[in-house]
Amino acid sequence: MNLAIKDIRHGLFRFVLTCFGLGLLMTVVLAMIGIYNGLVADALAVVKAPAADVWVVEAGTQGPFAEASSIPADTRDAVARMPGVAEAGAITYQTIEATHAGETLRLYVIGFEPGHPGGPQRISEGRGLGTSHFELLADRKTGLVPGDTIRLGRDRFTVVGLVEDAMNSGGDPAVYVTLADAMTLQTALDPAAARVQTARGVGDLRPATVAAVIALLEPGADVALLTATVRQWKHLSALSQAEQEQLLLASVVDRARRQIGLFLGILLSVSAVVIALIIYTMTMEKLKQIATLKLIGAPDRTIIGLIVQQALILGASGLGIGLVLILLVKDNFPRRVVLEPFNALVLTGIILVVCLVASGLGVRAALKVDPATALGG
Amino acid sequence: MTPHDILVDVQGVAKHYGTGETRVDALRSVDLRVHAGEVIALLGPSGSGKTTLLNVVGCILAPTAGRVELDGDVVFDGKWLRSDLRRLRLDKIGFIFQAHNLLPFLTAEENVSVVLDLAGWPAEKGRERARELLDYLEVGHRAKVKPALLSGGEAQRVAIARALANRPRIILADEPTAALDSGRAQLVLDLLRKLASDQKACIIAVTHDEKIFDRFDRLIHLRDGRLVDS
Repeated sequence: MNLAIKDIRHGLFRFVLTCFGLGLLMTVVLAMIGIYNGLVADALAVVKAPAADVWVVEAGTQGPFAEASSIPADTRDAVARMPGVAEAGAITYQTIEATHAGETLRLYVIGFEPGHPGGPQRISEGRGLGTSHFELLADRKTGLVPGDTIRLGRDRFTVVGLVEDAMNSGGDPAVYVTLADAMTLQTALDPAAARVQTARGVGDLRPATVAAVIALLEPGADVALLTATVRQWKHLSALSQAEQEQLLLASVVDRARRQIGLFLGILLSVSAVVIALIIYTMTMEKLKQIATLKLIGAPDRTIIGLIVQQALILGASGLGIGLVLILLVKDNFPRRVVLEPFNALVLTGIILVVCLVASGLGVRAALKVDPATALGG
Repeated sequence: MTPHDILVDVQGVAKHYGTGETRVDALRSVDLRVHAGEVIALLGPSGSGKTTLLNVVGCILAPTAGRVELDGDVVFDGKWLRSDLRRLRLDKIGFIFQAHNLLPFLTAEENVSVVLDLAGWPAEKGRERARELLDYLEVGHRAKVKPALLSGGEAQRVAIARALANRPRIILADEPTAALDSGRAQLVLDLLRKLASDQKACIIAVTHDEKIFDRFDRLIHLRDGRLVDS
């Protein structure tokens, strides 16, 4: 006879309600883990997208993500000719606001040269950029679909394909355009302003600069040697992919990451206390029944089994409800919520330990109960 | 009477709490023998030591001194001689409580069979025994009902069935009729007398209910921890 199950079935509504409450708490914990992971993943997405080996940026800067970087566009040709470099591509980044279907979109515009590194690794829908101008690839979270048109700066662009999970560290979804279009977008003046500049005799203001040049190396090429060689040009600096990722995490999202991490720690502590209190209270409510069981001869293992099994069922149910709820709602969060099986496993381990510790407190109290209390004195 | 008929033999049992000026003597050198088939009542004012004596015989409370023999087995002689007191209770002693103390999450049948489950009976045989006892106590028709839906009399009869489930030879009852009306109280005592006779068991009951005194074989009076007459 399983006393734990019998007791749960006796007060099923209350137990289910408790599990649901715990499940909601687990949902918040899982959401916070997902937001933390999402923040890191979003921050790294834009760095990882070109799958570069080396980033060549402006000397004295830690660009193009941590700081602004501007280098001559023809740097790409110089880098491409270096020993060990398989391919090189120039790239620009800028954030703009555009209007589509009556809504303002904040977009992270990435300019790249089709046929050179810098574009998205995979196009999930539609096709790649086929012409030199006025086409774009959009992240699905922009809400744009192939065939849509959107005005960026002075030109109207047509969406020809969609990509997934391309965004900057602030969570703004990315759009990819050709490098030429991106440079125009960066420098083209409003018509009235352009006329004033022409009247002043300033002429064409378009400086042919890009944010960075990325290089893919040949197999066996030495990244350290290449970056050292690039740094010999006094106007350039170079970072490996690992350095770029580390820089982004250490500078751009570090505070947000630590803030969410700390909050997650507090949330886990609160959850542990809540679970412990629920289990302890459940046990305290049963002390008279436990005394009766001891009096009629129930061994300690029966009492321990009753408490530990209920604690584990409660923990497992709460975690299960939490997982189902977070999987149902995670796509509705404005920013990415990234949950890995490893996270669920770690949380399961934590909940298991909390349940066992909490039931340990209950077991301690239960084993201390004098069976004589069942007799009423 | 043969020595084998003595189910409870308490010799020189004392129990005190505290020391010096705060010392309280709950039991002072109590001697008590109860034979198979006997139904006895422990009487006395509050604090006289009735419940303490019941707890000592029930192996719940260790006396300060004395010797306790249950069903021919010396269980206490200055110290407990058995380490598995719960098993001893399970096998030899049945308890009937003032408030029936049925487990609220089990049905009447399960409240009886849980004792047999703990004693290691196969589940099916345990259920059969439980049904048999409930039928005997005329509550078989309420076997699948939880305690909250039983009347006071029904609940007390289920509690009696639980106390008898593992065929103990010593039944300890603490105010077994306190929750029952006069008619029901008489019936329960008659039932206990019959069980004691049929199963060659003894029953020791703490009671204040004067209306049922005539149903006991002996009335044991306690005052200030001492037996005053019997």
